[in-house]
Amino acid sequence: MKKDQTYLDSVHHYGRIWNLSVLVLFLLFPALLMVIFKTLPDWRGLSLGLLATAPMYWAVAFVEIFTYVPMLGAGGSYLSFVTGNISNLKLPCALNSLEQAGVKANSEEGEVISTISIAVSSIVTTIIIIIGVILIVPLTPILNAPVLAPAFAQLIPALFGGLAVVFISKYWKIAIAPMLLMIILFITIPALNQGTVGIMVPVGVIFTLGVARLMYKKGLI
Amino acid sequence: MEFSVNHPIIFVMVGVIIAAVLAQSIFFLVRAMRRAKELGMESKTLRKTIKTAAIFTIAPAIAIVISVMTLAKDLGLALPWLRLSVIGSLSYETVAAANAVSAMGLTLGQVKSLTASQYITITWVMTLSILVGIWLMPLIGKRIQNGMINIGNKDKKWSEIFTNAMFIGMLSAFLGFVFSDFSTVFSGDWSGLIPVLVMIVSALVMAICGLLVKKIKWIYDYALPLSMILGMLSAIPITNWLS
Repeated sequence: MKKDQTYLDSVHHYGRIWNLSVLVLFLLFPALLMVIFKTLPDWRGLSLGLLATAPMYWAVAFVEIFTYVPMLGAGGSYLSFVTGNISNLKLPCALNSLEQAGVKANSEEGEVISTISIAVSSIVTTIIIIIGVILIVPLTPILNAPVLAPAFAQLIPALFGGLAVVFISKYWKIAIAPMLLMIILFITIPALNQGTVGIMVPVGVIFTLGVARLMYKKGLI
Repeated sequence: MEFSVNHPIIFVMVGVIIAAVLAQSIFFLVRAMRRAKELGMESKTLRKTIKTAAIFTIAPAIAIVISVMTLAKDLGLALPWLRLSVIGSLSYETVAAANAVSAMGLTLGQVKSLTASQYITITWVMTLSILVGIWLMPLIGKRIQNGMINIGNKDKKWSEIFTNAMFIGMLSAFLGFVFSDFSTVFSGDWSGLIPVLVMIVSALVMAICGLLVKKIKWIYDYALPLSMILGMLSAIPITNWLS
C-alpha cells in the first residue's frame, strides 16, 4: 500500500513541476515576442478579446478539472491539461485503453494504463501535427478536398457512436435516463451546440451520478 | 527585427515549447511503463495499449491538422501549430482566435496581413484564455484524487459505479450533442439527421465487431478506430444524400 502511494505521490510531485514549468514557457512566448519585435500589444483589443473569451473558458476549465480528473487519473490529467483536446481525443482514447486492458479506472493498473494511453496519444498527435506543418503545401489540397469535408465534419458522432455502444451495453441501466435527458435538451434548446457541449458534460455527469446513487441505494444496480 | 507571421524566430520558439511538451509526455510514459512492470502487468497488454492508442489517435489528429491549416491562412503557420499542439482544442482555438481578431476590428477568415502588435495581442488573448487548467491541476488535482480514493476506501462497489457513471454522463452529453441540429427535420430540412445517421453507422460497426470478435480475435483491438473511420466515411454519401 505504501508503495502504491509512493507512485501516485511521485506523479503529483513531477506533474506539478512539469505543468508549472510549461506554464512559464507558454507565458514566455508572447512576452518574448514583445521583446524581439519591440512592440506592445493593442491594449484595447487585448482587453476586449479577453473579455469576450476568458470568462467562459476560465469557468469551463474550472468545471473540467472536477469532471475530468477522476476519469483521467493523475498522470493522465497532468498530461491532458497541458496537451489539450481532452473530450475529443484523450478521454475517449484512455477509456478505450482501460476497456481493452480489462482494468478498472479507479485501480492503480487503471491509473498506469490511462497515463500510457494519453502519453502515447499526445506524442502521436504532436508528431502528426509536425508532419502536417512540414508538408502543409502538398497536404492542404488533399485534406481540404471538398469530398473529404463531410467526413471530418462528422468526427464526433463517428467517434462517440462506437464508444457509446461499448459502455451503454455494459451499464444500460444507468445510461437510459441521462441519454434521454441529454437528447431532449439538445433537440429543444437551440443554444446547445458544438460550442456549449463542454458545459453540458458536467451537467450530464452530475445527473448520471444522481441517478446511479439512487439506483444503488435502492439495490437496482 | 522586421515582423512576419512566419518569421523563423517564431518557429524556433514554438519548436522549443512543443519539444518541452513532448518531453513531458515521454517522461510520464516511461515512468508509467516502469510502474506497470512493477505491478506485474504483462508486456503484451502494455504493447497493445500503446498500439491501439496510437492507431486511434490518427484520425482525430488529422482533423487537428486541418484546423491548423484553416487558422494558418489568417495567423501564419507557427501560432496555430503551437495552439493546437498544446492545451486548447479544435473548437476552443477557433473561437478564441475569432474573438481576438474581431476585438481589433478584423474578421477571422479575411485577415490579409497582421502587424506585430496585432499578432502579439492575438497571442496573448489565446494564451491567457486557455491557461486555467494547467495551473489549477497542480493546485487541486491531488485533493480531487484523494477524494476519489476516500470514496473507494469507504465503499468499493459504489466507487466503481461512481467512475462508470461519470463516463456515462460524459457520453450522454456528446450523444445529446449529436441531436443538436435534429429540430431542422421538423421544418423539412433533413441535414440535421446527418450526425445521427453517422452515429448509428458507427454504433452498428462497433456492434458487428462485438459479434465477430469470437471468430476474428484481432478485430477487438481495432474496433473503435474502425467504427470511427467507417462512420466518418459514411458521412460522405449521407451528407450528399441529405443536404
